[in-house]
Amino acid sequence: MKYSYFPGCSLKGLGRAYEESLLPVMRHLGVELNELEDWNCCGATAYMSVDEAKAGVLAARNLAIAEKTGPQDLLTPCSACYLVLNKTQHNITDFPDIRDTVHRALRSANLSYTGSTTVRHPLDILVHDIGLDVIKEKVVRPLKGLKVAPYYGCQVVRPYSTFDDAWNPTTMDRLLATLGAEVVHYPLKTKCCGGSLTGTVPEAGLRMTYILLKEAVRRGADVIATICPLCQFNLDAYHDQIDRRWGRTRIATVYFTQLMGLAFGFSPEQLGLKRNFIPMRALANETTTV
Amino acid sequence: MNANHTNGDVRIGFYICHCGHNIAGMVDCPAVAEYIGKLSGVVVSRDYKYMCSDPGQELIQQDIREHKLNRVVVASCSPLLHEHTFRNACATGELNPFYFQMVNVREHDSWVHTDRDEATAKAKSLAHAAVRRVRFHRALETTRVPIHPDVLVVGGGISGIHAAITVANAGKKVFLVEREPSIGGHMAQFDKTFPTLDCAACILTPKMSAVRSHENITLWTYSEIVKVEGYVGNYTVTVKRKPRYVNEELCVGCQECIKACVFKDGRFPDEFNVGLSKRKPIYIPFPQAVPQVVLIDPERCIQVKTGKCKQTCVEACADRHAIDFTQKEELIEIKVGNIIVATGFNLFDATRIPQYGYGLYPNVVTSIELERLVTSSGPTSGEVVLRDGRHPKSVGFILCVGSRDMKTNRWCSRTCCMHSMKLAQLVREHTGADVTVFYMDIRAPGKGCEEFYDKSLKEGIQFVRGRVAEVTDWALAPEEEGKLVIRVEDTLAGFVRRIPVDMIVLAVGMEPQADAQEVRRLFNMSCGSEGWFLEKHPKLAPVSTFTDGVFIAGCCQGPKDIPDSIAQAGAAAAEAMALIDKGYIEQEPNTAYINEEDCSGCKSCIPLCPYTAITFDEVKQKATINAALCKGCGTCVAACPSGSIKQNLFEDEEIFSEIEGVLA
Repeated sequence: MKYSYFPGCSLKGLGRAYEESLLPVMRHLGVELNELEDWNCCGATAYMSVDEAKAGVLAARNLAIAEKTGPQDLLTPCSACYLVLNKTQHNITDFPDIRDTVHRALRSANLSYTGSTTVRHPLDILVHDIGLDVIKEKVVRPLKGLKVAPYYGCQVVRPYSTFDDAWNPTTMDRLLATLGAEVVHYPLKTKCCGGSLTGTVPEAGLRMTYILLKEAVRRGADVIATICPLCQFNLDAYHDQIDRRWGRTRIATVYFTQLMGLAFGFSPEQLGLKRNFIPMRALANETTTV
Repeated sequence: MNANHTNGDVRIGFYICHCGHNIAGMVDCPAVAEYIGKLSGVVVSRDYKYMCSDPGQELIQQDIREHKLNRVVVASCSPLLHEHTFRNACATGELNPFYFQMVNVREHDSWVHTDRDEATAKAKSLAHAAVRRVRFHRALETTRVPIHPDVLVVGGGISGIHAAITVANAGKKVFLVEREPSIGGHMAQFDKTFPTLDCAACILTPKMSAVRSHENITLWTYSEIVKVEGYVGNYTVTVKRKPRYVNEELCVGCQECIKACVFKDGRFPDEFNVGLSKRKPIYIPFPQAVPQVVLIDPERCIQVKTGKCKQTCVEACADRHAIDFTQKEELIEIKVGNIIVATGFNLFDATRIPQYGYGLYPNVVTSIELERLVTSSGPTSGEVVLRDGRHPKSVGFILCVGSRDMKTNRWCSRTCCMHSMKLAQLVREHTGADVTVFYMDIRAPGKGCEEFYDKSLKEGIQFVRGRVAEVTDWALAPEEEGKLVIRVEDTLAGFVRRIPVDMIVLAVGMEPQADAQEVRRLFNMSCGSEGWFLEKHPKLAPVSTFTDGVFIAGCCQGPKDIPDSIAQAGAAAAEAMALIDKGYIEQEPNTAYINEEDCSGCKSCIPLCPYTAITFDEVKQKATINAALCKGCGTCVAACPSGSIKQNLFEDEEIFSEIEGVLA
């Protein structure tokens, strides 16, 4: 199995633990990833809010490169990238003026785009292309006794619920269960993590983050599993401020790919687990904190 | 074609109706009248504000007299609405009504166009076509066909029951066909009815018994209509009777068989209690069921499924021998003159709005589930309890679940405000719990309903205005622990609230039946875009359909409460009886006839006729058409190789000259 791979900026910077765990896990499952040559910013948040057409040009350049070099299924792990690339696909189809701007810009860079690239999320590929049966066979160290709160965040399921239910997504739940983990009922699984409000309006943003953490603790979760670099950062990085405002609320937040790696037998170091501010509690069959 | 083909001098009167602004707003009516007035054969050409009014009709009659008109063309609305009006006007003016032709310049023109010049040009073309056509009209006579006096009522809810009893009381025979094993419909599941809080069973059960004992009513439950043929006054209907595996004639409803069933306890969700209790494979739907006859669920019964059961039920039935595993599905053909369709509604499936947590949180229930809980004959004997048996201390009602919602159903279901307030009062009475109703608007327009809303307020029921965003169980504050939390924007207070409660009731709306489209086709009715059966006219013909002799009543036409359903049922019964008591229906003379000279006797038309109206005269070696059986479908006309079959009102000359007129 072979996919084009668009890491986006997060997976090379703040969210590098996501890439550090995603790549070995995919390789272990026999998936070949071709990182797009000379990829650029997906066009996320700031651009999109200023000018959708121009943000679309940024996104479309990546789509055009994937179309040219193939494979046309483009693995996009970051939720923001996933949303922006999908939104651009829709914009190009639905709005002729955006389509014209995008095509004009691509022509000036000697590129073209017919629309054949498919933006794919790792969860989608893991559950629907590879299959939970295959994943189960690779589990050598089941996550027995680990209670996980599955947290999807907003961007992967809204507004385009491409591969899972918008209100109650379950692909990660099923994947975690396959790894042997105990998935707790977590009704906040698609609620906002605070996004960039944690930086700009902390009273509002941090409160949202706090609610997510507190509820995971209340439900007895050992760890929160996430699929988004921004969610991971918000849930991991502000514990000191949250503690000051609302009292101590300790729980680690890791990428679902890190949990997969652990179950496949990789070491915490190989999976970037040492990068967390709040370290994950050890698995039941281990002695040290990972 | 020219006027020489007609008999004598053709004198046409043309009238175009303004219909207020309906037509005149988009069509230059005087210009059309002027244009038509110059055409050959047109003696009078006028425009008039309302042709259907008495003065409008008198105008036609006066012109017939004064100008010796022998053809009349009116350009106005749809012939469905006023063709008979103008035909009658001609007849009163002593002109054969079939010398009249109608042009639709409203539905086909002014209502669907936005350019006045083009709409006027179209009106001229359509009118020109009719003027050319009407020359070739001939004097025809309608025929009278007797009406079969029996009536079929489809659906045994409160509407169907009321319609059946009304018709039967007038001395007509009624067939009442119900899909479920008992009549009673949704009303049988209710505890009390708003706004009077009288007991639903107390007012429904006597009507159900009346159906059972009425000498003029034949009741077939557990049965469905599978085929409808014919036309007003003469329908042939095929009814499928599903096997109960219990002989209705022999069963006395003692229910010994149920006690004796090899299943010691109920094991399967009880439909009547919406799954809140369990029943056995052999069961009676509910205590007051009519008929009082048990039935066997073929999906659950071991004997039906495998043939390997001890058949303790048969033993218990003993000498009565009512249980009969050899029963088969049965098809019965009946003849009726009129049909009343009262097939009711479906409740909205609350899992379609996942953010309200139905199916996820056990203490989120639907209004009908709560209805069964507050009923003394229900699964908890009237005790309102949570799934773990505790009594709720606080209950929230969410209104408009699957109503007034762009994502699901756009219409207002009309009954849920009142139904919820009724349940709210009952819950307060039964448990003393705090009750909060979350609403967008309280719609309580019926008689005594606003007063009922006042009563709810006085009894301390809280009302919070706002569409609930979400039902969840994540807690922010200690008082939310272990509760269901309603998150809502309180639009009167102006802020977002979190309200913890023990139990949440979803006021699910009404939807058309899942198979409404199949039923619509069966009875040749129309559905509106939302799937409710369409009445012939929203104001003037609310229980008629576009198929004569087929009437609708109750919620199959749209959401309504019990009084409105009863009113419609009564109206449908009266409409059917008006036809029956007239004794006959007049048939359009649009039948086919054979020009014997030209018929070669090839017989190709005979097998094509769907009504077996064509026979072969062996002596003459010609085909002959029985006009009484011909429905004017035109199949034989099109098929005849020698062109010797013609059809009244659709003669070649008429159609060709109409085409010439449009193209002129």
